[in-house]
Amino acid sequence: MTLVTRRASAPKIPGPARTSPGRRVLRGVLRRPAVATAAGFLLLLIVLAVAGPLISPHDPDTQDLGNRFAGLSWTHLLGTDEFGRDVASRVIQAARIALAAPLISVGVAVLIGLPLGLWAGLRKGLVDAVAGRLADTVLSLPAMVGALAILAVLGPGLVNAMIAIGIIFAPGLFRVVRGATLAVAEETFVDSAVAIGSPTRRTLWVHILPNIAAPLLVQVTILMGVALLAEASLSFIGLGVQPPEASWGSMLKAAYTNQFDAPFSVVPPGVAMVLTVLAFNTIGDAIRDAVGLRRGR
Amino acid sequence: MTLLSVEGLTIDLPGTQPGLVEDVTFEVNEGRCTALIGESGCGKSLTSLAVLGLLPPSVRVSAGAVVFDGVDLLTCSPRQLRKIRGGPVGMVFQEPMSSLNPSMTVGDQIAEARRLHLGEGRKVALARAKDLLDRVGIPNAARRLAAYPHEMSGGMQQRVMIAAAIACDPRLIIADEPTTALDVTIQAEILSLLRDLQRDLGLAVLLVTHDLGVVADFCDDVVVMYAGHIAERTGVDDLFYRPAHPYSAALLAAVPQAGQSRSRLTVIPGRVPTAGAFPPGCRFGPRCAHFTAPECARPQPHGRTRCGRVASGDLVLEGALHG
Repeated sequence: MTLVTRRASAPKIPGPARTSPGRRVLRGVLRRPAVATAAGFLLLLIVLAVAGPLISPHDPDTQDLGNRFAGLSWTHLLGTDEFGRDVASRVIQAARIALAAPLISVGVAVLIGLPLGLWAGLRKGLVDAVAGRLADTVLSLPAMVGALAILAVLGPGLVNAMIAIGIIFAPGLFRVVRGATLAVAEETFVDSAVAIGSPTRRTLWVHILPNIAAPLLVQVTILMGVALLAEASLSFIGLGVQPPEASWGSMLKAAYTNQFDAPFSVVPPGVAMVLTVLAFNTIGDAIRDAVGLRRGR
Repeated sequence: MTLLSVEGLTIDLPGTQPGLVEDVTFEVNEGRCTALIGESGCGKSLTSLAVLGLLPPSVRVSAGAVVFDGVDLLTCSPRQLRKIRGGPVGMVFQEPMSSLNPSMTVGDQIAEARRLHLGEGRKVALARAKDLLDRVGIPNAARRLAAYPHEMSGGMQQRVMIAAAIACDPRLIIADEPTTALDVTIQAEILSLLRDLQRDLGLAVLLVTHDLGVVADFCDDVVVMYAGHIAERTGVDDLFYRPAHPYSAALLAAVPQAGQSRSRLTVIPGRVPTAGAFPPGCRFGPRCAHFTAPECARPQPHGRTRCGRVASGDLVLEGALHG
């Protein structure tokens, strides 16, 4: 009897999954504790960056020269710096730059590298030859020297520094995109897209781009971490943010100058930077593992 | 009425190999099915790709014309060519698995042609895509619209490809070995689907294949290609009853016979010469059972057959069928 009832129940027709492949990868990635922590940390950073002025205990630029190098206390959670400014507030203020700076430079790199890489990978020819040589040229320069040269033209300042870093990143991204596109362009579905009358631009964006999204995302997240470090380096040598604005790099520089008066002051910006870069890289690695890519180095 | 005519088509690999395809001329008539047959490496696929300008960038058409409905597709503007691709001419490729974009739902892929050519919005085009899925015999079409290609079997994927190819009511379908990658039972289903569509929609079909059974079943006219040349152009009955080129006859003889178990398979000795290493005179000469020294070493005639001996009545070939 039981058997009969069970058989009588409607057979389950396996329906197509409702989630896109991208969403499935994302869900798989976030299930890992390390990745969830990294994502949570970045989220916290975003909240700090957006709502910083509301949260921070003091105005980050208000000086209190009578209270320089104050130690940790309830009024100044992370102490004060050489001008008596609240370090905790400055770390929070700098979170904004820590997020904006990589976004600008990776954005510039994507803006240059992605269209050129797609085009060169699909159509090859002159664009490929010229862009490839240019990429080789830029890659043959030490990154920092190249960035300094570009900065010398653009002039110092945070945005210029990040554009310079972006230009330095572009060839690497171009290479990754071009390589991935070359592989995807071999697939018949690219031909069949062309065969239904899809113009080149549409073929690139609609048919090829989603299929190279995995290596692109990996590269972009890892570049975010590198860009943050590059920004810190440029700010450390005074070519990035200009005072009084705070960046973790410029704070490190100040801490370095005053290391004998306030040895603790390297810790807040340093730890913030390490954790952020680590978060970017963890997420990049997780995406790479989730889509089954190996970083070929 | 002639819908597509290929005239003197010559395809080169610049620098190294001239004449991958040489002086190929044939026609596809409205509402009829023309088969393009031959061994692998004879230039069938290149010819079919050249029609829609889909050749890989390394090879080049160096001479000839491909006239579809009065327009030379080789010299028209890219814009005009795009209008014809997926509009009046649809294409179905060999491997359904790799011909569909893995990151796009099948509904969107079928709808794409209509959105591109007819300017339909996504909703309208998807509704039409559902009808098309119904038309090509995919059950549960409304649900299947949201499926990704990997969620379907090879036969279903090929049905989706066909649905996309007929999305804009084409007049000609170019099918490059549409059943080669499929199971035998599925092959039969796909072919009968193609036949139904051909009949119902009045489609002309250019079918690239090396399956003579498919040719016998499905086609009206046959173009036999060998080593970049056309060996013979003929009707399907003539091919099987009265082949006019030794190569056609050899292909027919190589078809295994049902009912004769444990008999040896007939083969054509040797292999297709690569471009650049073609023998002078008849290209099939070195493998031909009827090779005769002076005649076959000379350039062969153009026209219905490229065999001088058959053309002059010197050689009479035996067909696979008699009557």
